[in-house]
Amino acid sequence: MEASIAKPTNYLNATHGAASWFFTRDHKRIALLYLFSVSAFFLMGGIFATLIRLELLTPAGDFVSSETYNKFFTMHGVMMVFFFLIPSIPATLGNFLVPMMIGAKDLAFPRINLLSWYIYIAGGLFALTAMVSGGVDTGWTFYVPYSTAVSNTHVVMTGLGIFIAGFSSILTGFNFIVTIHTMRAPGMTWMRLPLFIWAHYAASLIMIMGTPVIAVTLLMVVLERALGFGLFDPSRGGDPVLYQHLFWFYSHPAVYIMVLPGMGVISELISGFTRKPVFGYSFVAVSSLGIAFVGFLVWGHHLFTSSQSIYAGLIFSFLSYLVAIPSAIKVFNWTATLYRGSVAWDSPMLYALGFIGLFTIGGLTGLFLSAIGLDLHMHDGYFVVAHFHYVMVGGTLLAYLGGLHFWWPKMTGKLYYEPFARVSAVIVFVGFNLTFFPQFILGYMGMPRRYHQYPDIAGWQVLNVLSSAGASILALGVILPAIYLTYSWFKGPDAGPNPWGVKGLEWETASPPPTANFDVTPIVTQPAYAYSNEDAHV
Amino acid sequence: MLSYLPFFPPQGSTHAASVDALYLFFVAVTAFFSVLIAALIIIFAVRFRRRTADEVGAPIHGSLILELTWTFIPLVIAMVMFVWGASLYFQITTPPSNAMEIYVVGKRWMWKAQHVSGQREINELHVPVGQPVKLIIGSEDVLHAYWVPAFRMKMDAVPGRTTTMWFEASKPGVYDLFCAEYCGMSHSRMIGKVTAMDPGAFQTWLAGGKATGSMADMGAKVFTDLGCATCHLDAGDGRGPSLRGVFGSQVTLASGEKVTVDEAYIRESILTPTAKLVAGYQPLMPTFQGVVSEEQIAQLTAYVKTLPPPSGPRATPPGTGGGAGAAPAPGATPQTAGH
Amino acid sequence: MSDTTAVAAHGVPDDHGAHHPRLQHHFDTLDQQLYASTFGMWVFLVTEVLFFGGLFMAYIVYRIWYPEMFVHASSHLNITLGAINTAVLIGSSLTMAYAVNSAQRGASPKEQVFWLLSTMGLGSVFLGIKVIEYADKFKHHLVPGPNFHFEDPAYQATAQIYYSLYFALTGLHATHMIVGIVIMAVIVRMAAKGNFDAKWYTPVEIMGLYWHFVDLVWIFLFPLLYLIGGAH
Repeated sequence: MEASIAKPTNYLNATHGAASWFFTRDHKRIALLYLFSVSAFFLMGGIFATLIRLELLTPAGDFVSSETYNKFFTMHGVMMVFFFLIPSIPATLGNFLVPMMIGAKDLAFPRINLLSWYIYIAGGLFALTAMVSGGVDTGWTFYVPYSTAVSNTHVVMTGLGIFIAGFSSILTGFNFIVTIHTMRAPGMTWMRLPLFIWAHYAASLIMIMGTPVIAVTLLMVVLERALGFGLFDPSRGGDPVLYQHLFWFYSHPAVYIMVLPGMGVISELISGFTRKPVFGYSFVAVSSLGIAFVGFLVWGHHLFTSSQSIYAGLIFSFLSYLVAIPSAIKVFNWTATLYRGSVAWDSPMLYALGFIGLFTIGGLTGLFLSAIGLDLHMHDGYFVVAHFHYVMVGGTLLAYLGGLHFWWPKMTGKLYYEPFARVSAVIVFVGFNLTFFPQFILGYMGMPRRYHQYPDIAGWQVLNVLSSAGASILALGVILPAIYLTYSWFKGPDAGPNPWGVKGLEWETASPPPTANFDVTPIVTQPAYAYSNEDAHV
Repeated sequence: MLSYLPFFPPQGSTHAASVDALYLFFVAVTAFFSVLIAALIIIFAVRFRRRTADEVGAPIHGSLILELTWTFIPLVIAMVMFVWGASLYFQITTPPSNAMEIYVVGKRWMWKAQHVSGQREINELHVPVGQPVKLIIGSEDVLHAYWVPAFRMKMDAVPGRTTTMWFEASKPGVYDLFCAEYCGMSHSRMIGKVTAMDPGAFQTWLAGGKATGSMADMGAKVFTDLGCATCHLDAGDGRGPSLRGVFGSQVTLASGEKVTVDEAYIRESILTPTAKLVAGYQPLMPTFQGVVSEEQIAQLTAYVKTLPPPSGPRATPPGTGGGAGAAPAPGATPQTAGH
Repeated sequence: MSDTTAVAAHGVPDDHGAHHPRLQHHFDTLDQQLYASTFGMWVFLVTEVLFFGGLFMAYIVYRIWYPEMFVHASSHLNITLGAINTAVLIGSSLTMAYAVNSAQRGASPKEQVFWLLSTMGLGSVFLGIKVIEYADKFKHHLVPGPNFHFEDPAYQATAQIYYSLYFALTGLHATHMIVGIVIMAVIVRMAAKGNFDAKWYTPVEIMGLYWHFVDLVWIFLFPLLYLIGGAH
């Protein structure tokens, strides 16, 4: 992708040819490589979602066979969780911005950064190979003994794909941690860091400590399936619930890998589009660490119906309530930031405001599930599906889209057509709520998840039809940005260094930035978000 | 009253109303905060909308009072939620001692239930109203889960373990039963009906139909057929300990540890006999893994439960100081090495 | 090493003297680069602790559930070979420490290469003994799966759990050693060419950290797998 008119040298046009991209060490080019690949996986995951919603229009299983449907929801989950949500913000926006926001020329280990992309692609290829060879039908959770001893689909291939992609995530997190510790520009103290950095730092801690556990767990599944090991086989004394503990030990913190970077984006958007500091900066910063830490202690709330002991259940329930508090603190601080701000209604801000509302609902519905007495009814029903889509889509996806729009001019040097973007944001918001709100109701009414067909109980089909209608609107809402953002890259007007008029080191350099990010290493003398004269002299 | 709203399953058990009440509390809190945040966002976004291109916001950094307030209040609300949920959980988890037991086995893709009196059902469950019922659940193959939305209750069926759940049907009716843990191709067809009947009607139902003998009778037959009786002599002087009156009592293991003999211990003793060997006996018992089905384990369990304590003091195996024989304790805990 | 792009001059306040050929362009000073590299290796080792940690958790759970089975199953492991391997690996950590020290002192390439090759040699001895042990397991039908056969029928089923853990843990450990030896071969080549001196010896330093970690994992595996239970 080259600039269409002669420009000063920037990271896009400094060198040409495929080799200069596929062997690059520039974190900004690597971010774009990730942008294209995660978008491709998002598209595939979205196609599977469409197929699921088409089947669920009618109670009968009349669109595809059960085996095929089971593969649809498995592939949807695998692609969306492991190949889109986990890498999306950190590997695209994080890779692009972390060095710039701290005043560095690149990440600490640029070659490892490139390696992480190749590892991601390798893992993705394994998963895609499994998909085209017939798919996998275990659910993205791969519960045993179904996945180890019963399923006759491509469990090993998919498991290996996720295993490999996990190392990409570990390397990204590792790179961010070392970079943030060792490469901050002079004067950039920890408490002057943008909240985007704090959020990515906390998410990176989870990446490095959680991901290895799912890697070794999936390795155990692969060994059992491929070589006949007996770690989870009940007939040899193994325990299927042990798998669940090991799996969720990662997969619960993983949701914070998915949402913390999004929260970091939201902090930047809220501050930028009110032109004031985020209210309660230190509380928001520390709450990111709090979420990361407590997030490792709550995995058992996925096992309330698995016959773990009463006492374990109570401890996990208690801690699950605690982990909600730092998130609540963030929501209140973001809302308070709007007070007496200069609130612009640009599309990134619309996404940010949408995030706050939808994440509030998503987070609070998680509290329903933390009450064991309620979870015994709601576990494995559509209420859970609605809850996690509210935080993952209403949360992370909206943050990703908002961030993409916000930093698009910086990354490409071009402005997109803002009216389209505002309309799209509204379409996404409406479509999303129509898709997932009815699922809360369906869940409490008793509709189990992963059901190919459902009984003709009063109200169930109506709610499913509403959900599928919403999905079609949501699909439109996410396809539109792909079109107008791409268009703007070729035909959009030049953006200039700071089209939004906001604070941040990344906005003090050209758009697109030069390869070394800054012509001169910045010296930092102000806190983050220093919009007023008072802050400028701190 | 709540059951007339279209968004709830029927309230079929004594718990359903409590669960619904807790649910409505959560709905209220969620609605309150969602509306509050949404309203504040909209009000602030409109009231403070940017007027000129150069405008910046007021340099407000924070407020410790506000931070403490919106940390403390959510914490209090969260603790209320936790305590309410926990107390409901205690009620739900502990079956009354007079609960009627029914054995359930999940297998791809059907639910097999067996009443102690011998009545068997597939994909159905008949229960009396006003009587606590305890389901003792196993799986023949993979994970399943027994979900009756009308009872607001589900429990996983875990292969290699016994799990339990209890409920008390509050009014007659026919309620949906779903498998709620993905188990492969026909997971969504592993459904059925739970029928709650007036006690009289239930007795009639129980008596009618083909009964092949009570579960204990069938268990006695398995006990003989598989040769258990050759080692587990009544007096306790055989190769294995006597099983008379053993259910619910405490036994001392070779390691010195004491365990309660419950459904999980019986299952483990049949499938991995050397795992928790009773003191004073040699590890001679072969494993019956693969020989005995889930249903047979259920029948053997039912049989052992009916064995009366011996009239005299329990015989002790040679070489030990004393046998077990504490008062029967309530059974029905999941796998003792729970984690 | 150098980026292919034309980079505008970066005004770094103090350059600590000459622009060392090993200084990568995105770092300001060699000190910063060394600190980042060693810090990075420590972070990576944290991930490795968690990686092995999953298997250790499975070990803990099953050992609590089946204590006697573990004793009986472990009795087929050769403690002598395990002890020799432990000594060999600790020895290799010693030679690795000498290798780091020799690079740090700026000793002759010959000396650096000697210590590095010694480490690789001892590591290979370890792997060789592991091959012998594995072959023995194969011969005695102690590999979990359809061909598993345990002489005591009481543990025929559950002993497979022990051996699954044995092979998974030692196999993962051996894989880490193989990767370490391969990378060490690259470092030997760098040492032979005289690349390391007192100012820059980062690859040797971080290789040392990695190698000591792999040694440490074995020091946990040896007692947990070999030294269980009573006299046998």
